[in-house]
Amino acid sequence: MSDDVILEAKGLARSFGGIKAVDGVSFELKANQVLGIIGPNGSGKTTLVNLLTGFVKPDQGQILYKGQDVTGLPPYKVAALGMARSFQMVKPFYELPAFKNLIIPLFSSRVRRLAGGKYGDRDAVAKDLLEEVGFERDSQVITQRAGSLPHGYLKRMELAKCMALRPDLYVLDELFSGLSLAEVASLVPVIDKLMAQGATIIMVEHRLRELFRIANQVIVLNFGRKIAHGAPQEVMNDPEVKSAYLGSETED
Amino acid sequence: MKENDKSAGRRLERIDRGIHARSEDIFALNSWREMLYLLGPRVIPVVALVILGLVAPLYWQRVLVSTAMFALLAISWDMLASTGMVSLGQALFFGVGAYVSGILNHYYGLPPWLTIPLAAVIGSVICTIMLLPVLRLRGIYFAMVTLVLPLMLERIIEATKIFGGTEGISGLGQLPSVDVEFIVAMVAVWAALFGFRRLMNSDYGLVLKGIKDNDRSVMSGSINIYLYKAQALLIAGSIASLAGAFMTHAYMFVGIPVFALDYSIIPIAAAAVGGVGTLAGSLLGAFILVPLNELLRGLGGLRSVIYAVLLVVFTVGLPEGIFHFLQRKYCQFERWVEVS
Repeated sequence: MSDDVILEAKGLARSFGGIKAVDGVSFELKANQVLGIIGPNGSGKTTLVNLLTGFVKPDQGQILYKGQDVTGLPPYKVAALGMARSFQMVKPFYELPAFKNLIIPLFSSRVRRLAGGKYGDRDAVAKDLLEEVGFERDSQVITQRAGSLPHGYLKRMELAKCMALRPDLYVLDELFSGLSLAEVASLVPVIDKLMAQGATIIMVEHRLRELFRIANQVIVLNFGRKIAHGAPQEVMNDPEVKSAYLGSETED
Repeated sequence: MKENDKSAGRRLERIDRGIHARSEDIFALNSWREMLYLLGPRVIPVVALVILGLVAPLYWQRVLVSTAMFALLAISWDMLASTGMVSLGQALFFGVGAYVSGILNHYYGLPPWLTIPLAAVIGSVICTIMLLPVLRLRGIYFAMVTLVLPLMLERIIEATKIFGGTEGISGLGQLPSVDVEFIVAMVAVWAALFGFRRLMNSDYGLVLKGIKDNDRSVMSGSINIYLYKAQALLIAGSIASLAGAFMTHAYMFVGIPVFALDYSIIPIAAAAVGGVGTLAGSLLGAFILVPLNELLRGLGGLRSVIYAVLLVVFTVGLPEGIFHFLQRKYCQFERWVEVS
């Protein structure tokens, strides 16, 4: 294992009932890369995210983050080490004003440690973060109840909540789903900026066109198994991937 | 500004009465009127209640003291509910606090002014430890455990005959006079209300509210929710235990009735009538329900029926709670405007 491998998954497996949601998935991810994870519905993408971030414990396998075994650690400890996730189904704090949503990760001991023991002015930091992901500063959206915001804002808030932790590895679960083309386009520079700051990103996506512009490598899952791994173009030319996405070619 | 559609031609417009200059942390007050606007709803109830309590006859003074204790239980319940822990067993904190102060007073001879604060802390710690294993449970599952624990403690005391068994411990020390009791109760209630409200509005309180709203999201924010839930139990439990300890010395007796269902249910009813989530609503609800219960005492057997009907009328008529209703009326003015 070389020094710049930030995340290594070895033979991860997890079943629910009799169904193998994730079945022996292994990969290595180097720092400052974008790894895309794609696959048809129900292929185990979100379960893989849950396994990596500690929300679900694996039946088998091992996860090494920066060389440290993080298998089975609770989510808050994984996040404290610098692996932040977003949720596919947005999970805002509906009753709180939008910017107050970010106070919660900003209150964590990780952020205080990174800031040298001080919390600083959390409200201001929270507003800055929302502005970075495209909330209009000094507008009502920043102070509005999160529950009354449109979906696009909530999705962007999910990213801002990750950014609040200043993580080294982002695990973004279908960040682009439900967003308009324009909204996706506005998020791409944000992701570019994170990459320029040295972040590593795992993106689970259905929006292949947008993903392939960003990702350095792609993993394709089908029925919980890894069926392809490589550069975006080479993966899409793989016959097994084609049949997984478009159905089998028996009728040809 | 909030607008509600009422009829085709007109609509009810609500406008915040707000203060002219208001920055993030400080209120810039321009006039006495604004000062009064802010302080009125806070100071008037405090002063009115103290005067009322000091001039009231002995019987009603005692009613107010026990009302204050129910208010503490209700505030405690409301804070736990705001953290996502719906408790059906405030009697647990109340009863353990009561027993701790009774034991400290009876067996160790400590005076009430020492046993009450000690019982608040020790009782809360004991209850939190008892609830630690079920912190992972949410919603109705957590509620069921809290409902069972006080009943279980009651049975344990009954079966093992410890601490006086079913007889309880009597002849405990009391506070110097009912006036002193009343003043102490008032200080405890208002300190708890304003202190806890301040706490819940701080960033720490925001994390607690976040746990209620979405605990997985809080976890992904690198926060150990079990640690925070335990802290909330300790903080909220302390005033409920304090209420129990206080009642022990007010009655000069502690026995298994301290684990009665009343101490679990009345706080919830108070919060429901007064309005959940503000703490002040719970206090208001307690100060309506408990004296009302006493007023109805003359009616004999029909008392609980009328009490129940009134509860239904309150909750159906004002589902948001009296406090939310009053707050809205106080902070916004309404007018009908023609819709063009």
